[in-house]
Amino acid sequence: MKRGLIDFWVGLFVAAGIVALLFLAFKVSSTSMLVASDTYTLSANFENIGGLKTRAPIKSSGVVIGRVTGIIFDPHTYMAKVSFAIDKRYQFSRDTSAAILTSGLLGEQYIGLEPGADDRMLEEGGRITITSSAVVLEQLISRFLFSKAQEGGNGAEGGGTAATEPKSNHAVEK
Amino acid sequence: MADVLVRFFSRLGAPFTDALLKLGFAGRFFVAILRHSPTSLLRFSLTMREIWFAGVLSVLIIGVSGLFIGMVLALQGYDTLVRFGASSSLGILVALSLVRELGPVVGALLFASRAGSAITAEIGLMKATEQLSAMEMMAVNPIARVVAPRFWGGVISMPLLAAMFSAMGIIGGYLVGVQLLGLDSGSFWSQMQSAVDFRLDVINGVIKSIFFGIAVSLIAVFEGYDATPTAEGVSGATTRTVVTSALVILGLDVILTAFMFRGV
Repeated sequence: MKRGLIDFWVGLFVAAGIVALLFLAFKVSSTSMLVASDTYTLSANFENIGGLKTRAPIKSSGVVIGRVTGIIFDPHTYMAKVSFAIDKRYQFSRDTSAAILTSGLLGEQYIGLEPGADDRMLEEGGRITITSSAVVLEQLISRFLFSKAQEGGNGAEGGGTAATEPKSNHAVEK
Repeated sequence: MADVLVRFFSRLGAPFTDALLKLGFAGRFFVAILRHSPTSLLRFSLTMREIWFAGVLSVLIIGVSGLFIGMVLALQGYDTLVRFGASSSLGILVALSLVRELGPVVGALLFASRAGSAITAEIGLMKATEQLSAMEMMAVNPIARVVAPRFWGGVISMPLLAAMFSAMGIIGGYLVGVQLLGLDSGSFWSQMQSAVDFRLDVINGVIKSIFFGIAVSLIAVFEGYDATPTAEGVSGATTRTVVTSALVILGLDVILTAFMFRGV
């Protein structure tokens, strides 16, 4: 193999490798993590964050506008303190509310921001005070079951079918 | 009695001492390669030839294997995902498994068996035919002239080959997922884009392949240089290159993955 030909093929090889990397960079992936200088940090306290993870998206009206950067447990308030970076292009009023939501029934959890009406905007290091925690499926189901049991008990007393449902009847008598 | 015990323990200890000695020799050999790298990198045409030998000639096997693996991933992934009504996430499955794991790992395994074994055989045969000794006689350092260019040729080729493997695999996944199974092309690409992070996934994959490139190239040149200078010795060294490379690649992969994707 002649020297010039080797150079040619190696050049082609390197170019093909770079094209493959560019393909991976622009067609396959996205730099979803915003550059640190283009973001500002906010925080919010939640009673329960459920399964929220760092790097989870922050969405407003369903559009991703930032990422969760850190989750710590605050030993003074006994709440979870979530800090997140938001794109500088988007400003939020001070009475914005944050809620931990789930995309779909079993999807990933994210923080949804609902803008308020205040004139003053949240600034770097600001805190969102109006928050609602993640819905824990087990709690939801147990609450549903308890209310069902309650209903069943009331129905048994009213309808006089106590003999068929002694357990719930007993609970009501108590 | 004491004699038997001494013999028993020395027989038990011998393999460990040998392995440790070899590891130490490999470490010093690595340092020697790095020390002689500037001289060999200045004459870049030597390294150029090795990139051609290790990289360009591996493009075909890497590209075709990548395409097939991407196609198989798409076929198998679709079969499972469609049960959960999540077949539109096929792009994510194919892209993440290729970019994070299969591209660097399978690429490196193929590279070790295609190029690594050839490098070992070449250097081993040079040693067996006393070409390396002849070079030393002519005051040419064989590490700078023969070993370092082959090492750097492998290190430079590996990340490029791994990127090609991943790219071809994703194209294969696209061909099967969109053209054959009839998924929507738009959601295939956009879901993939939203789930694959450039810095976390693509760059980490490239970092992995650089580590694998260093490991495979070092093992290949070392086994060749260390080979017993006989026909049998060279064949044994070639086998050891492939086996050790495979084990080291998979072991390194576990360690690197544990550092990179801990799922915080």
